[in-house]
Amino acid sequence: MPVEVQGSRGQMTETSRQAANPQPHPLPGQREAGALLQVKNLRVEFNTRRGTLVAIDDVSFDIAPGEVLGVVGESGAGKSITGTAIIGLLERPGRIAGGEILLSGSRIDNLPAAQMRKIRGRQIGAIFQDPLTSLNPLYTVGRQITETIEQHLPMSSAQARARAIELLGEVGIPAPERRIDHYPHQFSGGMRQRVVIALALCANPRLIIADEPTTALDVSIQAQIITLLKRLGRDHGTAVMLVTHDMGVIAETADRVAVMYAGRIVEIGPVQQVIHDPQHPYTAGLMGSIPTVGQDVERLPQIEGSMPRLNAIPAGCAFNPRCPRVFDRCRVERPHLIAANQTQAACWLHAPERRAPDAGQEWSQGAVHG
Amino acid sequence: MAEETQPSSRPSPKGQGDSTPAAGSGRPTPATGPRLASQGGAGALLEVRDLARDFDVSRPWLNRMLEGAPRQLLHAVDGVSFTINRGETLSLVGESGCGKSTVARLICGLYAPTRGSILFDGTDLAKIAVRNDMLAMRRRFQMIFQDPYASLNPRWRVERIIAEPIRSHKLIKDDRAIRKRVGELLTQVGLSPLDGEKYPHEFSGGQRQRISIARALSSNPEFLVCDEPTSALDVSVQAQILNLMKDLQREHGLTYLFISHNLAVVSHISNRVGVMYLGHIVEIAATRMLFDRPLHPYTRMLQSAIPDITMSGKARTPVAGEVPNPLDPPTGCAFNPRCPHAREKCRTTRPELLPFEGAQVACHGIHEGWVPIRMAETIPA
Repeated sequence: MPVEVQGSRGQMTETSRQAANPQPHPLPGQREAGALLQVKNLRVEFNTRRGTLVAIDDVSFDIAPGEVLGVVGESGAGKSITGTAIIGLLERPGRIAGGEILLSGSRIDNLPAAQMRKIRGRQIGAIFQDPLTSLNPLYTVGRQITETIEQHLPMSSAQARARAIELLGEVGIPAPERRIDHYPHQFSGGMRQRVVIALALCANPRLIIADEPTTALDVSIQAQIITLLKRLGRDHGTAVMLVTHDMGVIAETADRVAVMYAGRIVEIGPVQQVIHDPQHPYTAGLMGSIPTVGQDVERLPQIEGSMPRLNAIPAGCAFNPRCPRVFDRCRVERPHLIAANQTQAACWLHAPERRAPDAGQEWSQGAVHG
Repeated sequence: MAEETQPSSRPSPKGQGDSTPAAGSGRPTPATGPRLASQGGAGALLEVRDLARDFDVSRPWLNRMLEGAPRQLLHAVDGVSFTINRGETLSLVGESGCGKSTVARLICGLYAPTRGSILFDGTDLAKIAVRNDMLAMRRRFQMIFQDPYASLNPRWRVERIIAEPIRSHKLIKDDRAIRKRVGELLTQVGLSPLDGEKYPHEFSGGQRQRISIARALSSNPEFLVCDEPTSALDVSVQAQILNLMKDLQREHGLTYLFISHNLAVVSHISNRVGVMYLGHIVEIAATRMLFDRPLHPYTRMLQSAIPDITMSGKARTPVAGEVPNPLDPPTGCAFNPRCPHAREKCRTTRPELLPFEGAQVACHGIHEGWVPIRMAETIPA
């Protein structure tokens, strides 16, 4: 079912574009579309011996320049696969089975590997969860950064080294002119993640895909990295797709948020609205189940059961077996994204013929076991 | 490295038992719930005094001989004292490497302490000489581990996993009775008795953690040590497990030592919270008190570092620096290089954990009055 997300969220794009600084890379074509990255009806399949698993099903969203889009969901929801598909690093047997990915208006999902390699690093930077595995332990960090700079930008070695030092300083590494000649193991976890961020930034990409960039870090370091990501996005006008399972990180960082469940987007909208006034029962349940400091409840509201496996996604709405507000239509017909309040939710509760606001009202205090 | 330079700076083990679970806390405590007859009244169930554990991280012997390198000791836990009362939950929080998991493992006997003593129900665990007495003591406390994928034997059926403590402690002799008991345990943790026939790989992470809990409960323990039981789980599953743990605590009068790095989870589950930094407890207080009025600068820093999900837009205290190398901890207060209030005394003398207005805190500035005390600008409860 085709879903056009772009149309109805025009005003949000406007506001976030005003909030961002002027972009360093104004491109023809971008202005009309208003979006840097467009993902349309993306479908990712894994062919296995026991049949085809659909990991991403009909996912559509876009990101404006300078905007931070958060993608949240529980493990197995398909958020990382979405990011991997965009940077063209899907590994066999995974493959893009349908849909389009457009970067500044031109398709990148069907490019040959050699061309995609030029885009990766130059136009799309990537930050992964574990900074130790994304750096080569045998080379100094300086060499890894200058290599990437020289690969993508017309710079001499000396210029590249100067830029590398400048970048390391910018991501908050003390004494960058000395640290540049150190090896990854000489850095702590938080400092290593800063190096990875510098590496992702070095060719001034327009889009950064950050996949769980703070998950391996302690809270105090996580707060530093979040602040850094926010500042860099603002200063460089870089769009960020922030993939995480941590709602707190999203709330602090993102402009808009897409909530994924079983390979589909169930809700997408401005982060304030999604967090404070979720329209999909899954989002409401998810928000309720997160404990917060200062909250005084004996029991947390809980969603019963767990996310279905990819080979057993229920018919209709994938959330229907766990949903407290399920009705007949949910079991047979798959909902598409419907405008609901200020977000869009894939839920039949918001079908025009059945207006039932406040998706959260039926989350009780959870059943008692035993 | 010298073993210990400042013998005078060991935290005093005294004065820990005075905070009852409900002190300063408005929330209903599980301690008021029904209790098993065998468990008697309130009072300390576990008392830890000046507990310490060093790890030898020296180079191999030959290198030391050839290069003249000294022995190197990592003081993972260095003089930790606390008590846990019956029916309450004490949490230990801190960043990685602060020694919180080492404390859990010391209490469960997975490591032997370098120094200090652990008293369970008044008996010093180190002084139990008879093997059978030790077994009887071990039955009374169990552990739940972080990773539900690594802590269940993949080649055993769930029934055998859960029945293992029953069999090893010879609590029930008859096989049919054991099977019945396993069925009850599975029901208690929200699974079906039929699940006993399955293998661990057939379950999701949350279900596996339920199996771990069922196994821990099978010997009818009074005390559970939970080492990051929900940090490998998704948030919706985490809520299920936290609710289950609270229900079980109420039903069985259990006492928990809960280890976590997640302050929000800790604030939800515990009656009292101890904050650890580089092997020391820097602050310990009733949960409500700790979050409403954090005293130690490190506690304040941790609290302001939590991502604010309510998006209240409060200004965040910028967090600076990283945890120092535990092999070469700073002299004096371990937090002094990152502390905005640090003075000369903090760099030379290690502060002791002393009572302060109902809490206990190890900070010169708080006790001498030059660190301003302010209420946390937290979300209204």
